[in-house]
Amino acid sequence: MRRYLARRLLLLVPVLAGVSIVIFLVLHLSPGDPAEIMLGSQATKEDLARLREQMGLNEPLPVQYVHWISHVLRGDLGRSLWMKRPVLPEVLQRLKATLLLTVTALVLSTVVGLAFGVASAAWPRSLLDRFSAAASLFGASMPSFWLGIVLMVIFALWLGWLPASGMFAPYGGGGAADLLSHLVLPAVTLAAASVTIVARLTRSTMLEALGQDYIRTARAKGVTEGFVVLRHGLKNALIPIVTVIGVQAGYLLGGAVLTETVFAWPGVGTLMVQGILARDFPLVQGCVLVVALSFALINLGVDLLYAWLDPRIRYE
Amino acid sequence: MSELAAPLPRTATAIAPAPSPAHRRNVVAVVAACALIATVLAAALAPWLPLLDPDTVDTPSRLRPPLSAGHPLGTDEFGRDLLARLVWGARVSLLAGVATAAASMVIGVMLGLLGGFYTGWIEAVVMRLTDVLMAFPYILLAIAIVGGLGPGLRNAMLAIAIVGFPLYTRLVRGVVLSLREREFVEAARALGAGNGVILGRHILPHLLSPVIVAFSLDVGVKILATAGLSFLGLGTQPPTADWGSMLATGRQFVVLSPHVALLPGLAIFVIVLALNMVGDALRDLLDPRL
Repeated sequence: MRRYLARRLLLLVPVLAGVSIVIFLVLHLSPGDPAEIMLGSQATKEDLARLREQMGLNEPLPVQYVHWISHVLRGDLGRSLWMKRPVLPEVLQRLKATLLLTVTALVLSTVVGLAFGVASAAWPRSLLDRFSAAASLFGASMPSFWLGIVLMVIFALWLGWLPASGMFAPYGGGGAADLLSHLVLPAVTLAAASVTIVARLTRSTMLEALGQDYIRTARAKGVTEGFVVLRHGLKNALIPIVTVIGVQAGYLLGGAVLTETVFAWPGVGTLMVQGILARDFPLVQGCVLVVALSFALINLGVDLLYAWLDPRIRYE
Repeated sequence: MSELAAPLPRTATAIAPAPSPAHRRNVVAVVAACALIATVLAAALAPWLPLLDPDTVDTPSRLRPPLSAGHPLGTDEFGRDLLARLVWGARVSLLAGVATAAASMVIGVMLGLLGGFYTGWIEAVVMRLTDVLMAFPYILLAIAIVGGLGPGLRNAMLAIAIVGFPLYTRLVRGVVLSLREREFVEAARALGAGNGVILGRHILPHLLSPVIVAFSLDVGVKILATAGLSFLGLGTQPPTADWGSMLATGRQFVVLSPHVALLPGLAIFVIVLALNMVGDALRDLLDPRL
């Protein structure tokens, strides 16, 4: 397992190097002078020259990259032009909120998706199975930002059961119950599409697993149906399900940007959009870098989970 | 024993007189295709339809509810007719979806062909490029690219096309890898065909059905992505009507006039649902194995 982990970590290096090049190039994709774009048309020549010097824009591109990446490796993501503060602490502060939202949505989509998928496979063509099939088509077609607004209108504005936006109540909030009540709507919105995907995949892999000979043997031995489905069926169907849950983790991390905007959730997504609208490149770069790194680590975690679930993978 | 016994239940269900689910699926796909055609026609013929001007501001009649006199779907915060804006918005949203999916497909198929057919450095470059692009959450990279290029519909479309091509590259490369060693490729090579001829005439036709299915399902994904970027204020810029940006501005009036935000979202939902249904039906038709 240790050798497998070392190999996976080594494979991560070229991907992360590529990711850093892409993020670096994002700044330089702009047709024109980044300094001019950042400072706007009202900037004086002196201001432009100072910013160019400060950001090292007068150097050749590869030199600029090496300069930038050496700072990044030391944990220096630069200073936000808009907030006039170092980028890293700000992004890390916001990352907590994004991860809280993403992990909650992931747990929600895994638990609910698995439950629906297993039930659909155990009772194929039942009412529940048909409902699950229709829900998966609807889930894949529904814009999450619209679903968020619909849920907000119903549960926050009409029924008044849950808060409409933010992470804590502006007055007298701050407790765990307050946070939980604010978390419900964004987490459900973000998880909705993933629930349907996990449920459909669980159903199909479970149906395949339940058609195997060892399942018939287990039934013939007189093992109870619940034990057959969960212990013999689900356990063997888990590998593709873990794969799709890993993919969903990345999807949720990206999708969180839209959900955060709908519910004014103070995460990296809202920060990044504000950064783009303010033309604050160091801030945008910092946000993308931190989220991409989190995504890579989640994928690594999923790969390690496979190796733990299926020892054959370690020896490939 | 197991080979003999295992197919029994499947055969039993196949023989059972239950043609209705497939029939129902076909009917649903036809209804979805009709809805899609109607939307495309309405969008294409928008200038000639008896609609109000989508950009004409009429503040006295702002935020009218649906079924108001002269405004069947009501008006937005500037008193602009919502029906007209939805139809004109369909032009932008549909075109953006189709154009970005087509661009992703062209780039992805070309790179997939090269990456699957040639070994060595070409394969390595193509695969590392797709690995790197897939190392980002999809929408996040699109947002980052728009961040570099600057907000606007053209840049948003470019960003979505760039982040979307690895899907096709992976798909095509997989198929090409399996075809590369087949006898007909060997036979063509023995007859003196060059790599270009083998790729274009012998391998490309095999890719048609998986790529068509992937494309039909991808258009919906791209419509959602462009609407998402417009919703964030990074796509279409005012006053141009586009379903995502209409939803974003309507959000501010959601307490008093929820229809302004809910209708454009409903339009996106219905059109993407129809596209997914047609895509599923196409997949059943073109690839009976799935």
